[in-house]
Amino acid sequence: MAARAIWKAVIQCGKYQVPVKLYSAIEDRNIHFRILSRKDKQPVKGAMVNPETGKIVPHDKTRRAYVADNGDRAILETTELDALDPEPSRGIEIVAFLPSEQIDHRWYDRPYYLGPDGNSTAYFAFIEAIESSAMHGLVRWVMRGKTYMGALRLHQGYPVLISLKHADEVVAIEDLVAPGGADLNPKELEMARQLIGMLEDELDLSAFHDAYRERVLKLVESKAKGGPRLKLVKPSSKKPNDDLGSALQASLKSLKKSA
Amino acid sequence: MAEEPTEETEILKPFWSGVVTFGLVSVPVSLFPASRGTTLRLRMVDAKGNLLKRRFFGSDNSKPLDAKNLVRGYEIEKDRFVIIEDDELEALDPEKSREIDLKLFVDLNTLSPLYFERAYFLVPNGGSTKAYRLLAEILMQEDRAGIATFVMRGKEYLCAIIAERGILRAETLRFADELRSPKAIGLPERKSVDAAEVKHFTQAIKGLKTKTLDQTKLKDQRSARIIKLADKKLRSGTDIVQANKDEEEVEESSTNVVDLMEVLKERLQGKLRARSATSKQSNRHPTTSDLKSKSKAELYEMAQVKEVPGRSSMSKSKLIEALTN
Repeated sequence: MAARAIWKAVIQCGKYQVPVKLYSAIEDRNIHFRILSRKDKQPVKGAMVNPETGKIVPHDKTRRAYVADNGDRAILETTELDALDPEPSRGIEIVAFLPSEQIDHRWYDRPYYLGPDGNSTAYFAFIEAIESSAMHGLVRWVMRGKTYMGALRLHQGYPVLISLKHADEVVAIEDLVAPGGADLNPKELEMARQLIGMLEDELDLSAFHDAYRERVLKLVESKAKGGPRLKLVKPSSKKPNDDLGSALQASLKSLKKSA
Repeated sequence: MAEEPTEETEILKPFWSGVVTFGLVSVPVSLFPASRGTTLRLRMVDAKGNLLKRRFFGSDNSKPLDAKNLVRGYEIEKDRFVIIEDDELEALDPEKSREIDLKLFVDLNTLSPLYFERAYFLVPNGGSTKAYRLLAEILMQEDRAGIATFVMRGKEYLCAIIAERGILRAETLRFADELRSPKAIGLPERKSVDAAEVKHFTQAIKGLKTKTLDQTKLKDQRSARIIKLADKKLRSGTDIVQANKDEEEVEESSTNVVDLMEVLKERLQGKLRARSATSKQSNRHPTTSDLKSKSKAELYEMAQVKEVPGRSSMSKSKLIEALTN
């Protein structure tokens, strides 16, 4: 079944326009639980409470506050916050086209497909032009009151838009220091190389599926029928093998045997 | 549900602790998120500026429910729920809840980042870092990623273990059925178009070509504007509620940005472990002044070692109190 578009927009590429529809590229397969009260097994209601008095403060009486380092709070009225919202727009503005490695995937947040809206000529011409450029676009758009930055690239021959995280949300690996210690033993390194070499294969994502999800659903089904509570089995926790060399040797041996 | 996490401690405790294995080699690790959500956190207050907290209420609406009285439920039909407990979820696959077993290694360049869902840093957990460093080194030398599935917080993840600059990272990947294909969306077949039309766009793209990304473009402009507005109020003293001398509130105002970085830095060097080991050895009870100089993250870590109940919802002062008792 074809997916439903979540937004309509126009890509502005230089002086040319491409009308598009936006589709979520993600299929939500998560199992969604609700928070219940243990007593009556019914969903709970969340409310904001003043912890001093224990009284509920109704939503329309709440405000947001910015808390300064010294603890002073600046109260921000809803109207003031709304005034900071971006102007609504249907435009997807292309800020730049860049070599693909310039937009690091660590910033990737959510992917969306772009499909044509109406006449598809400009849409397919745009795809061909991106294909031959081998670059990725950096784009900006406003959707549902929020400004997004995104990467525009192709996936299986079709344009995808990936919203990007803000720069300061991502912990830069450059700011971290790797664990140190004595030099690694060259023999152990060689054995590790052999080991992962023997386990090397091509990635076939379709070979993996979420078996756990199925078990959760089965558990739900069994409990709904009044089935017994699951018996808990404590797994035998494997003791980490401190002798790296012998663990590597034994791994290679057992793999060679099964090969 | 066992604990009701606050936003702050949520990010500071490992999302998962267990072992990464390849062959018979095991690497004990903890996973910490590599990103921390929005950096500006506004607090909910009432009209007078009193800080508010989210609480959950049952149908009788009388008293807020504590963590013990909150459970996870799955709706099987309208208004009918089946309760699922934390330990039941773990029991569904205890092995995968503790082990990331790398049985497959792939060429790093064949992994499409479009499948990447979320990144976590792996920090060595206990004892020697040799196995950690060996795995990181060999993955870098060979340009490979290890692939496995594992269970974290009641969900199975497919993940790729990748090494960069000597640091191991887990990228959770979307399962094949979680990323739609263009066909599934119903996008029309590719069709060829007039070359002149393509040329327009080729030229437009050329005109937009830039060599490097200006990272300031990725700055959070909205948060910056909010901070500017708040600063103006703080300077002029309008709509301001002075901090009350209660230390707890001050503590909660600190952002978790510095803390996550701090935890990662220390854990990568195995520092916190060493510290808690010394305090155990000296066999001396820490005093309040010993603890006051520590960050909340460090205190939390100590509370974790001592298995202080309810630690995840404690403020700094509460943690100190629990640790000195």
